[in-house]
Amino acid sequence: MEFEPVIGLEVHAQLLTDSKIFCGCSTKFGASPNSHTCQICLGMPGVLPVLNRKVVEYTIKMGLATHCRINEACNFARKNYFYPDLPKGYQISQYANPLAEHGYVDIELENGKKRIGVTRIHIEEDAGKLMHDEHHPFSYVDLNRTGVPLIEIVSEPDIRSAEEASAYLRRLHEILVYLEICDGNMEEGSFRCDANVSLRPKGQEAFGIRAELKNMNSFRNVQRALEYEIKRQQYVLEGGGVVVQETRLWDDTGGVTHSMRSKEEAHDYRYFPDPDLVWVAINEDWVEAIRKDQPELPLEKRERFVRDYLIPAYDAGVLTTSRALADYYEAVVHLTGKPKIAGNWIMGDILRFINEEKREIADCPITPQALAEMIRLIEEGTISGKIAKEVIEQMYKTGKPAATIIAKKGLVQITDEGALVQAITEVMAANPKQLEQYRSGKDKVFGFFVGQVMKATQGKANPQLLNDLLKKMLAR
Amino acid sequence: MELNQLTIHELQEKIRSGKTTATEIVQSVFRRIDAVEKAIHAYILLTREAALAEADRADEAIRKGDIRTLTGIPVALKDLLCTRGVTTTCASRILHDFVPPYDATVVEKLRDAGAVFTGKTNMDEFAMGSSTETSWFGITRNPWDLERIPGGSSGGSAAAVAADACIAAIGSDTGGSIRQPAALCGVVGMKPTYGRVSRYGLVAFASSLDQIGPFTKDVEDCAILMNVIAGYDPRESTSVPAEVPDYRQYLARGIDGWTVGIPKEYFIEGIDPEVMTAVRKAIAVVEGLGARCIEISLPHTAYCLAVYYIVAPAEASSNLARYDGAKYGFRAPDSRGLLDMYKKSRSAGFGAEVKRRIMLGTYVLSSGYYDAYYKKASQVRALIKRDFDEAFQRCDVILTPTTPTPAFRIGEKTDDPLHMYLSDIFTISTNLAGIPGISVPCGFTQGGLPIGVQFLTGHFEEAKLIQIAATYEKNANLEKRRPTL
Repeated sequence: MEFEPVIGLEVHAQLLTDSKIFCGCSTKFGASPNSHTCQICLGMPGVLPVLNRKVVEYTIKMGLATHCRINEACNFARKNYFYPDLPKGYQISQYANPLAEHGYVDIELENGKKRIGVTRIHIEEDAGKLMHDEHHPFSYVDLNRTGVPLIEIVSEPDIRSAEEASAYLRRLHEILVYLEICDGNMEEGSFRCDANVSLRPKGQEAFGIRAELKNMNSFRNVQRALEYEIKRQQYVLEGGGVVVQETRLWDDTGGVTHSMRSKEEAHDYRYFPDPDLVWVAINEDWVEAIRKDQPELPLEKRERFVRDYLIPAYDAGVLTTSRALADYYEAVVHLTGKPKIAGNWIMGDILRFINEEKREIADCPITPQALAEMIRLIEEGTISGKIAKEVIEQMYKTGKPAATIIAKKGLVQITDEGALVQAITEVMAANPKQLEQYRSGKDKVFGFFVGQVMKATQGKANPQLLNDLLKKMLAR
Repeated sequence: MELNQLTIHELQEKIRSGKTTATEIVQSVFRRIDAVEKAIHAYILLTREAALAEADRADEAIRKGDIRTLTGIPVALKDLLCTRGVTTTCASRILHDFVPPYDATVVEKLRDAGAVFTGKTNMDEFAMGSSTETSWFGITRNPWDLERIPGGSSGGSAAAVAADACIAAIGSDTGGSIRQPAALCGVVGMKPTYGRVSRYGLVAFASSLDQIGPFTKDVEDCAILMNVIAGYDPRESTSVPAEVPDYRQYLARGIDGWTVGIPKEYFIEGIDPEVMTAVRKAIAVVEGLGARCIEISLPHTAYCLAVYYIVAPAEASSNLARYDGAKYGFRAPDSRGLLDMYKKSRSAGFGAEVKRRIMLGTYVLSSGYYDAYYKKASQVRALIKRDFDEAFQRCDVILTPTTPTPAFRIGEKTDDPLHMYLSDIFTISTNLAGIPGISVPCGFTQGGLPIGVQFLTGHFEEAKLIQIAATYEKNANLEKRRPTL
């Protein structure tokens, strides 16, 4: 029997606010344990939460970007469970009335686009972190992360393969980073994913019994874990067994999923509205103001680049991987009017430089203005494209403008006919054998002469002029 | 009269005119505490040295002419208000050594107004009780009869004021915990509107019902304390930015032409006849002052107790989850592993009543029971609130007995939780509706036990309560009595 996987994803994204969701503590990652805490995020007796407005604003941004309905009002609920990384004994989350619902995200697959439904986006607070001492029977708790704002983005069970899941995740990641509301750092846990997976016989409407997968902390692991889990369930079903409803942990090293807890052991979270917080009414004007302020999203930008700049879809994809890169590219395009050439220099050289050093485009020593100037110098014939390869490398290393490097290194293209005629004459005299071959009909030797003249002029000969002169002189 | 027997406004007068000093007042209060504390046990903790140092500073300020509303006035704090550097126990073993690194907003406000804190008063553990018998630190006795309870949960605050072991006190009221002990100890106690006084730093019992309020010797002192503690607090989301009037302006306005609602559901069988007589007399006094008393109905009254004992334990079960032995407070010494530590610490750290309510609350929020209990209770709560909204269309204030009986005997109801819960039957609806209420003394039983009358009004209309309570107090011609200790 052929089975079809049914997958839904729950993505947790840390919001890039300066302060925590219910107190004024910093959200900065990497501080010494428990240094970013106060009585409120420590959940001490008598303290009360006050909602950070930025959290609501950022969640509205994500809601709009995923075509969700922004509810007029939302409220918070307590999710009750005991764990030492949860100092209040409950997590403040949204339950019955989330901020955003009923949206979608379009993903690009090899065989076209697919729409994945977004069930809801809700706000919640993060928990702390436990650190276990391997040598002593102690556990330590770091509550710096406690109260850092999160949004949970819950998808519809619309995903049908590990590849689709991966595409959907990348898409969400890209949107969050574009909106500048999440840094998307998976290693530091700013972007985390859980998956619900079940199989059903192809053609069947009803869903099968699902397992929930946790602990997949990279795009690759999500894909691997899903591929494994789909195979595992298929094996179980084909053997006439039943899939157990349970939570399973992905084991990265073993490349397998392990059962963590069964349905019977599942917590009863006893959700109820948090009486310490009030309903949040979301003003329509506020939503409109945020909508107007929304940046262009990656997919739209990609389509516009292809349409307006007539560049290949692949190039548009590369050039829009980040908002900063796309802005860089567009700045160069506006200064030069050469979209394809600008793209080639950025993709071929600039990206290679910064990727080698793991730098951000914002830190690139070559400004869009400097790159545009270099492109202009090529267009004007001051330097050849070949020389430019050397120039751009020097620009990156020194941060100096192209003109300075060209002048200093004497890289200006030779466009003086007399000088080139001189050089060609010398090369012809030094290679009588090749000249003989050419004149007897061996056209291929032409390339040899081009190379020799270039060598003699250290590559500075204007290629077009050299070509014309060489043809004339060799034919004589 | 001794200084400790005076009211805030009388002492203010003496301080202003230079007839006494803060130090003399504080010393007088501590002399009284030394004399009576053994018998009544109103305090969990006395902060004598800090108080004397404060009094010193207050006298220095007075000399410089910096006299504030409460400069040099000794005030006692219920031991669930967080005090920076001073143990705050909630009368529970689980917090027996908890020292908050912060002050409650109310404590800050009182401090800024010049108040001198005498100590932390006894209470039912986590404010769960009506008799101050569930405290880990032992019971408090009623100053009027040491064989009887002072009421609860703010029994220590009420007893301290009644025994002149402070000038005024602060308590909290979740289902009657200020008004009921005020009535049983013969003092004035007000529960303000939910959202009127900041809950920040009040250790939560039931967050949607808890409210801080004053215990005082008369209504004028109540107005003075309300002037200090009321007001919007940005640290609390449920705090309401409503304007706070000067409550003292309402003391002498009279109630001529007012309509007073007498809810028929509150004058029922089972009320102690002496309480009934005293309250009937109070109605007559109010009528004599130009108010028209009309019978009204609060039809959902019968459901109040049931709703309360779902909502309050539900919230409490979650609020008290943080006491797990992991971070502060009591941790069972002999535990093995995390779950065992939780179980043993909470089993030994909480008393029976607290555990009963945590279990009740956990049950009503459980999957499969939420709709039948918590959700249904929330719906009925809305109806109870509507009862009051409709009633206040017809009357300015509502008058009821504060409690069905005078103070009962120690131990009388400890084995019978349901019977104990019934002693709050007239005060609970106020918290469910979020409206303000005040209890004012209205006489004594033949056995010499105080009786209280309760006035209720609409949201944020505490001024009306001050107005009617002050007018009543002035004209009731009650016999001036002090407990003999």
